[in-house]
Amino acid sequence: MKFVDEYQDNELAGKIASEIATLSTIPIKLMEFCGGHTHAIMRYGLRQLLPENIEMRSGPGCPVCVTANADLDKAIALSLLPNTIVTTFGDMIRVPGSYSSLQQARARGADIRIVYSTTDALEIARNNPEKAVIFIGIGFETTAPTVAAAILRAQKEGIENFSVLSCHKLTPPVIRALLESGEVKIDGIICPGHVCVITGSRPYEFISREYKIACAISGFEPLDILLCVYKLVKQIENGSPRMEIAYSRAIKPEGNKPALKLMNEVFEPADTVWRGIGTVPCSGLRIKATYQCFDAAKIFKINMKPARENKACRCGDILRATATPVECPLFGKACTPEKPIGPCMVSSEGACAAYYQYRRPEKEHDAA
Amino acid sequence: MTQDENDIILLAHGSGGKLSHELVENRFLPFLSNPVLAKLDDSAVFEVGGRIAFTTDSYVVNPLFFPGGDIGKLAVCGTVNDLSMSGAVPLYMSLALIIEEGLPMKELEQVLQSIKATADETGTQIITGDTKVVSHGQADKLFINTAGIGIVPDDINVSGAGARIGDKIILSGTIGDHGIAIMSLREGLKFSVPVESDCQPLNKLVQQMLEVSSTIRCLRDPTRGGLATTLNEIATQSQKGIFINEAAVPVKEAVRAACELLGLDPLYIANEGKLVAVVESSEADKILASMKRNLCGKDAAIIGEITAEHAGKTIMKTRLGSSRMLDMLSGDLLPRIC
Repeated sequence: MKFVDEYQDNELAGKIASEIATLSTIPIKLMEFCGGHTHAIMRYGLRQLLPENIEMRSGPGCPVCVTANADLDKAIALSLLPNTIVTTFGDMIRVPGSYSSLQQARARGADIRIVYSTTDALEIARNNPEKAVIFIGIGFETTAPTVAAAILRAQKEGIENFSVLSCHKLTPPVIRALLESGEVKIDGIICPGHVCVITGSRPYEFISREYKIACAISGFEPLDILLCVYKLVKQIENGSPRMEIAYSRAIKPEGNKPALKLMNEVFEPADTVWRGIGTVPCSGLRIKATYQCFDAAKIFKINMKPARENKACRCGDILRATATPVECPLFGKACTPEKPIGPCMVSSEGACAAYYQYRRPEKEHDAA
Repeated sequence: MTQDENDIILLAHGSGGKLSHELVENRFLPFLSNPVLAKLDDSAVFEVGGRIAFTTDSYVVNPLFFPGGDIGKLAVCGTVNDLSMSGAVPLYMSLALIIEEGLPMKELEQVLQSIKATADETGTQIITGDTKVVSHGQADKLFINTAGIGIVPDDINVSGAGARIGDKIILSGTIGDHGIAIMSLREGLKFSVPVESDCQPLNKLVQQMLEVSSTIRCLRDPTRGGLATTLNEIATQSQKGIFINEAAVPVKEAVRAACELLGLDPLYIANEGKLVAVVESSEADKILASMKRNLCGKDAAIIGEITAEHAGKTIMKTRLGSSRMLDMLSGDLLPRIC
């Protein structure tokens, strides 16, 4: 298939992998920010192609996983209000909140609909004028502009029954928070590909400039990721960290200006809570006061029970890259995709789901 | 309103009274009639001899009509294929409809016509049936249940448990066509090359395969859960390992593209007209060649083999040459967020 097969070429992958092996002399730890990257790495077995001195860690780049339980609980509570339709991206539906999940709420009669885009959510609002239609806005800079566009269109068309519960998050502040904490020593970061299509590469330049850490932006095909690792290894070995774009077919340094304009028109940065990481200053997006009639957090007043977490679940550590999924005592035992305890096992971008679904076959003598 | 628009299913059509009788006599029998059904007794009475295969399945597809098929064709193919996967020759079927009031009579007739055409194609007869009508919102237009009876010839023993170490695994054609056809229609996705459902009866393909070789150990149709789930079922049932080569699995370009777009894996997408066969290694090429002569098997390929290692598990060699576990489908197939 055009535009895909070129980036999955077996021979070329082998060549890049052997270049990496030749180039790489010291043990290093790389963090792939995006859950999408973790999935591609596991799905194509890329770690088997890399030398053992290169360790890969997943980062906090899974929007569903980093959504705080309190936000999830709010979404569930909203879905239980009378005359309400909650619309959401599919991933959210199975994530366990403090007490329940959207899936359980739906089974008990809540009207919760999976949509592929905010346009679908608007359509539902148009077709159900007697109901309040709430869209659960999760995602990073990739998704936020489309949600902003939906709000602007709702305003233009006078769709008054549409609102958004904004749980959107910004990626550069959380990378800074992780690096500031110093909890985990990272030598290089595979920066988010889809996010940078919107933001451009500039907001990430601080990683190499201020923290002297190698960084490069990668696409999501196996060759993209291998090329990115190659660039990172080269930067590390040469002691010359800098921002590189290893996804030039999609990313411009300045990003997508019209999308950014939409996002900045409707949203403004606000402090927000990330699961496992805590409150990160100016890392969330809240709806500006001008558009508050579309802000579900302002429209609906709900009493919430305090949020709670399963103490044994290590999703938080995994999102901070201080642990890998296999280090969690629940992984693959009490916590599986069928009976997930933490969000990282649920989301199609969750690290635990990727490690579980695409795990390597055990050696026969280990299995006994 | 035109007369056609008023010609819809009413609750009274399910009351058991005059309208119910009219429905059966004027709408069902003209399409489905055969000597056993036409008696309209409470049960169908018929004779069969030998080992009997018996199966049932329900169909709730939305939308009712899709590129490559409709719920009627699906309801016949599904049951015929389940019988075929036991090596049985399908003979008779039951047909039960749960209809939501308001269904246009024209749509019902289109479905019945399709049932008739598919039953004829497979050489099966509908010999008993039932209709219920439920009020608006209690069903989604039309649900169908079919059950089927077939005869398993004496020398045929096909079962998931029968896989032996060294056996080859043959897949009869491209995967994911049905699931992607339905999903694209539901989500309003349009492709330059439209994807059609592969919904088709496999009984003739199976009979042809059984004629050329007596070493077909296992047959399975990878419907919901897709190829990955079916392979895992065979691995579990046989307590042998399965090793497949991702690059050998045929996938249509448009299906791959749709999967890329929606963040899905074709290995987990439903098929309605494909089969997986586990066969003796030395006969694999002969069986493959015979499958390729049938339209339903023209894209058939050997995709892997049964191994002693990793009993009960499926291992896949990826396109990049690395290997990983291939698990069963877990939960629903959901699109990704970004």
